[in-house]
Amino acid sequence: MSPKNIKSDTPKLELKGVTKSFGDKHILRGIDLAIPTGKSLVIIGGSGTGKSVTLKCVLGLMQPDSGSILIDGEEIVGSSAKDRDRLMHKFGMLFQGGALFDSIKVWENIAFGLIHGRNIDRKKAREIAEEKIAAVGLKPEVADLYPAELSGGMQKRVALARAVAANPEIIFFDEPTTGLDPIMADVINDLIKDSVKSLGATALSITHDMASARKIADYVALLHEGKIVWHGAIEELNSSGNDYVDQFINGRATGPITRRVA
Amino acid sequence: MSSTFIPKPSSDKKQNAIVETVVESCEAVGRTVLSFFGLVGRIASFMGRSIYHCFTPPFFPSQFMRQLMDVGYYSLPVVGMTALFTGMVLALQSYTGFTRFNAEGAIAGVVALSVTRELAPVLAGLMVAGRVGASIAAEIGTMRVTEQIDALTTLSVNPFKYLVAPRILAGTLTLPILVLIGDIIGIYGGYVVAIYSLDFSVGTYLSQTWDIIEPIDVISGLIKAGVFGFIVTTMGCYHGYNSARGAQGVGAATTNAVVSSSILILIFNYVLTQVFFS
Repeated sequence: MSPKNIKSDTPKLELKGVTKSFGDKHILRGIDLAIPTGKSLVIIGGSGTGKSVTLKCVLGLMQPDSGSILIDGEEIVGSSAKDRDRLMHKFGMLFQGGALFDSIKVWENIAFGLIHGRNIDRKKAREIAEEKIAAVGLKPEVADLYPAELSGGMQKRVALARAVAANPEIIFFDEPTTGLDPIMADVINDLIKDSVKSLGATALSITHDMASARKIADYVALLHEGKIVWHGAIEELNSSGNDYVDQFINGRATGPITRRVA
Repeated sequence: MSSTFIPKPSSDKKQNAIVETVVESCEAVGRTVLSFFGLVGRIASFMGRSIYHCFTPPFFPSQFMRQLMDVGYYSLPVVGMTALFTGMVLALQSYTGFTRFNAEGAIAGVVALSVTRELAPVLAGLMVAGRVGASIAAEIGTMRVTEQIDALTTLSVNPFKYLVAPRILAGTLTLPILVLIGDIIGIYGGYVVAIYSLDFSVGTYLSQTWDIIEPIDVISGLIKAGVFGFIVTTMGCYHGYNSARGAQGVGAATTNAVVSSSILILIFNYVLTQVFFS
């Protein structure tokens, strides 16, 4: 589908009845979600509830067992490699651990998708990488360092610069503040918000950090045992009236969400 | 009057236990056979995909050049030392054995043929399996665990083209070159021992070597080396690519890469020898 054919009310990203199992373990039990263009949806939920699997299904890193995933109304489940490659050009992804390539320099990491995925020449790609390095608040000399020479917070900034380097239409954030101190986490949240806003991109994030969710979300969805048990605007989160949401956002051990320890 | 045989309860239990044991054993054998063929299928599918991506664009020449250096150039000292001492030991051992039959004259031929046909390709393959296969599995396995392979996909770069194809091509192309160098060094090792330790004459030893060696002896060794290079790099990539999570997963991938490629080298060495010389 060409951009001209996209209706204005078509969600940028939509999941319909997505299921995924590993053996007899049912991870996703029918996920239904829709994100309007230019909005940011944060999926919250405890560990092991299927947040990462949802993200991997959308990114094409895993194939859902059933259901439909639509980008601009175009089905990506079961699409050809060529179509998937074209759709992948719309995506940017910030991985939980950064997933920076440790054998190449910082600027090459940021420019990697531009050089190898979009055939932009190295000189131009380096210029873009240096712009992005500045945009995430790093000094220019960082460009020629290797990822192993950076702190955790700096690596996260570089990973963010890489995620937005190709000006993607949809950006995915996997636990963007995990492993960071509260101040650095807030800095990263601000950078995420600014990057998404300046690009006019649509964002899908997964996290269990409520401070992060409150900062970067327009909409929130709570995932529990492979199902969306509540979704709504961030402003409605505190007054959702949903027991699952109340327990999760207040971090209570007792409530409908039970955790198996063993 | 007819009577019906009613087995005693204890005999029933015994029979049931035997049947259960047999069924369990059959199930275990079935599971093992299925899992073995499953593994063979997955490896074959991985090989097929790898070969396809070796010959379809886009290509990554810088990655290929890096792998040529890693697999080829940096393996040269290991392969060279192995070939040198193998040739030297072979000359010494042959001399010890052949003097019993007054057949010292055959030493040059034995060294040349053993090194070119068997020892250089097999030992180089095994040494490269230990050095390169392990390193490939560890590197790709770590990339899998730290989501770098997923990152490649999200950056519109096919991991098979970027990671697997350059390594397999480099391994398949460089191992024959390493083995050719190993052939020369191995024969030279035998020559050094024969001339300086066993008092052979230079001219006689060289002419005996030259007379006995045929092009097929060298070529068969080089073809074997190409196959072994393919096996080592493919096994390294396969086990690294499918590495389980965590340090233990990467460790297991490394071990499996070395063990499986070493075993496959020995199996294919027999098969290829049968093809060339039977």
